[in-house]
Amino acid sequence: MASFDVIFLGGGPAGYVGAIRCAQLGLNTAVVEREGLGGTCVLWGCIPAKALLEAASFAEKMKKAPEFGVTPGDVKLEFGVAMKRSRAVSTQNSKGVEFLFKKNKITWIKGTAKLAGKNAVSVKTAEGKDEKHEAKKALVISTGSRVKGLPQIGLDLNKKTVISSDEALILDKAPKSIVIVGAGAVGCEFADVFAAFGSQVTLVEVMPNILPVEDADSSKEVERAFKKRKIDVATGAKISNVKVAKESVSMTIEAGAKKDVKADIVLVAAGRAPNIEDIGLKEQGVQLTDRGFIKINERMETSVKGIYAIGDVAGPPMLAHKGEREGIIVAEVLAGHHTQVLDYTNVPGATYCHPEVASVGLTEQQCKDKKIDYKVGKFPFSANGRARTSGETEGFVKVIRGAKYGEILGAHIVGAHATELIHELVVARTNEYTVEEVDLAIHAHPTLSEAVAEAALDSMGKMIHA
Amino acid sequence: MATKIFMEALSPTMEEGRLVKWLKNEGDAVKSGDTLAEVETDKAIMELVARGDGILRKRLIGEGESKPVGQLVGVIAGKDENIDALLAEAGSAKREPGSAAAPEKAVAQTEEKSGTAAVSESPKKSQGEASLPPQEKVGASRSALPASREPPPASRVPLPDKGNGGRTRSSPLARRIASERGLDISGVQGSGPGGRIIKRDIEQVAASGTAQAPTPPRVTSRASGEADFEDIALTQIRKTIARRLSESIGPIPTFYLTAEFDLTRVVEMREAMLELGDEFKVSINDILLKAVATALAQHPEVNAHWLGDKIREHYRVHLGMAVATNDGLIVPVIFDADRKALRDIAHEARELAKLARERKLKPEQYTGSTFSLSNLGMMQIDQFTAIINPPEVAILAVGTAEDHPVIVNGELQTRKRVRVTMSCDHRAVDGAVGARFLQTLRRLIENPLMLVY
Repeated sequence: MASFDVIFLGGGPAGYVGAIRCAQLGLNTAVVEREGLGGTCVLWGCIPAKALLEAASFAEKMKKAPEFGVTPGDVKLEFGVAMKRSRAVSTQNSKGVEFLFKKNKITWIKGTAKLAGKNAVSVKTAEGKDEKHEAKKALVISTGSRVKGLPQIGLDLNKKTVISSDEALILDKAPKSIVIVGAGAVGCEFADVFAAFGSQVTLVEVMPNILPVEDADSSKEVERAFKKRKIDVATGAKISNVKVAKESVSMTIEAGAKKDVKADIVLVAAGRAPNIEDIGLKEQGVQLTDRGFIKINERMETSVKGIYAIGDVAGPPMLAHKGEREGIIVAEVLAGHHTQVLDYTNVPGATYCHPEVASVGLTEQQCKDKKIDYKVGKFPFSANGRARTSGETEGFVKVIRGAKYGEILGAHIVGAHATELIHELVVARTNEYTVEEVDLAIHAHPTLSEAVAEAALDSMGKMIHA
Repeated sequence: MATKIFMEALSPTMEEGRLVKWLKNEGDAVKSGDTLAEVETDKAIMELVARGDGILRKRLIGEGESKPVGQLVGVIAGKDENIDALLAEAGSAKREPGSAAAPEKAVAQTEEKSGTAAVSESPKKSQGEASLPPQEKVGASRSALPASREPPPASRVPLPDKGNGGRTRSSPLARRIASERGLDISGVQGSGPGGRIIKRDIEQVAASGTAQAPTPPRVTSRASGEADFEDIALTQIRKTIARRLSESIGPIPTFYLTAEFDLTRVVEMREAMLELGDEFKVSINDILLKAVATALAQHPEVNAHWLGDKIREHYRVHLGMAVATNDGLIVPVIFDADRKALRDIAHEARELAKLARERKLKPEQYTGSTFSLSNLGMMQIDQFTAIINPPEVAILAVGTAEDHPVIVNGELQTRKRVRVTMSCDHRAVDGAVGARFLQTLRRLIENPLMLVY
């Protein structure tokens, strides 16, 4: 039995970042993690998926290369090679976190943890031993979330013909045909990847739009781009008659008209469930929310004193960067520092399909629902010089501002590098800049960022370049 | 590696702290966990402990000086480690205005302040902005903007490393909303990073209707005592009292209910218990506390918090009891008072009052009350009205217990009576609701045997 100030249950982005900050603030810290450091993000999510998307982007650019005077020879698409590279990047990142643990003298307890009282955990180690460790100051639950199948419509994950993103990341080759159920960020990203590697992709979404949490304009722009790339998009769709065979899956998709579809593989990309089971929450009296997440306050405290929760398990949005910030907050709370309350409306969203989608704050529909008096500014990349030079003219920047004070209610970008461009508006929104401050900042020419300033100007009715 | 010593948030509501006494000298070796200094928070004196090992190389504030939470107050480092960079960083922070330095330091600081006062233009500018209707500002042409906005870049050049100088840090949105509503932003307490005023702060001030006046300038009385007045620096606790109470009396529509209770049976009960021995000694106030707690358990509508968009009725009774200390009022809490025996309440009340007078209360001992009681009976006050401690919705003020002539069954008798006055927040508690609570309380106090039922 070892004794620490703080023990984190889970070494994903929330847990490992929280642990590093705790260690930096002088707390003796340990992390229990059964798989590899970095969690879903590094091993089965953000990082490997983005590596594949980069491969997809290469493949798409090859098609356009001749227009730029560069005609490649035979282009071979080898998903297996892209997958191996993606795994290597993932491992590299996980090793990077291991290095940071050593540097900050954080103990990695390899195993599966369970709460054992308010200041102790029992751990089943990788070697099958049972250990108990003490946390004098706090236990932090950062167990994350996992993919869930859709058994209610007959799509239990069998990891062969009905798979989750976990299996999609380690396929040896791209399937001839694939149905992706769920067109959130994960579904759209895999649709992009497999379409680029030659699969016939059907993307099915039950909500009226793909990327349903994004602004409707963004969803429509991506849908248009996907259709151009021959991705079959079915929105507002119902799935029935699912038949899982050995080598294929068939189903009826009803989106307006009924259609029978058969594919080699079905990828279920709908929803994630928090990992709340078997960690002793009930025994310790840790309360859950109606939606099954751990209930926390703004100091990340659960209903039990001394037990904290952060990341996916503590509620949506289930995003790595939201978890990381919660990790930092919990560390500062534990070290007695003054911390800033996390404003969840300032957490940006990013989807890395092509064109990319990024956003912060409210959608236009949410402004309408909340009866906020707003004005919209929008600037298309087709009118942006830099976008023309690279031939990436899809998409736009859309800024929604308060009619009275000009505060940035929401910002939505679709297009090349959207996930990078959004941060100007995240900084602006977080610091309560109005559209005037965004415009006053001089934007270098020619850059994609000029479109951000133009959208801000447009919201004031003063756009220059369109 | 050098460890910075910050003014830490030692209580949940602490925004700045006054360093009362350094317990380590520059050059002393310190270990992580050692107590470095005593710090006065808004409610109590707490310990500031070291978060690293080494030597206390530099103390950046003197005893009696105040610093906002998060500011550097000292540096722990190795014996020969170079800490110049850290000190330079603190050098700019040192000129931070708004810290309530002790009077003897004030003279030296006044000069510094007069140097920076001249550049405090941000608030004035934002006031100037108020003359423009906001719609016009948003739609105004680009070239017209600089004149009505912040000081032009040129005027910023001479003050690059003054830290906050005399300027009020605020977000553009906060400034815009403040100017629209005609609020003087300079008196607002900022809750953003480094005390920056953000939208939330302005909205709070606007909601409470108290655009806080700027911190008053410090004036030092002459040491010889010739002056015909003396200015007393506001202690943290006095500042907190001022802020909290003006929040209270301003926006809360308060009404008052007074009732006179007969204490004959309470006195009898107390004497009967005393006869059983000293260990059964309880005060009349203890019995009142018990009765109030019991009544509250039956009236959650009074045992409630006003939360702006909702009223939260509490099922647990956490009874605050106002205690006068030399520094001012503090309200320690008897948690779950309705479920505690009279003996426990008596013991706890005594203990909390003692801790309060010694200023040793921990934050968790004076936060979280659901209803409060203030008793000035020992000071021969017949009756008075107490100010509600928000977000609570009522408070009970207890006067002195005295012999009164009363008519009982047509005969004049002498009875021990007490007057209580309940201040109620009418947003949450209507007259009849408050009156029903007092009815229950009367029944309990006039028949104290019910307290053991």
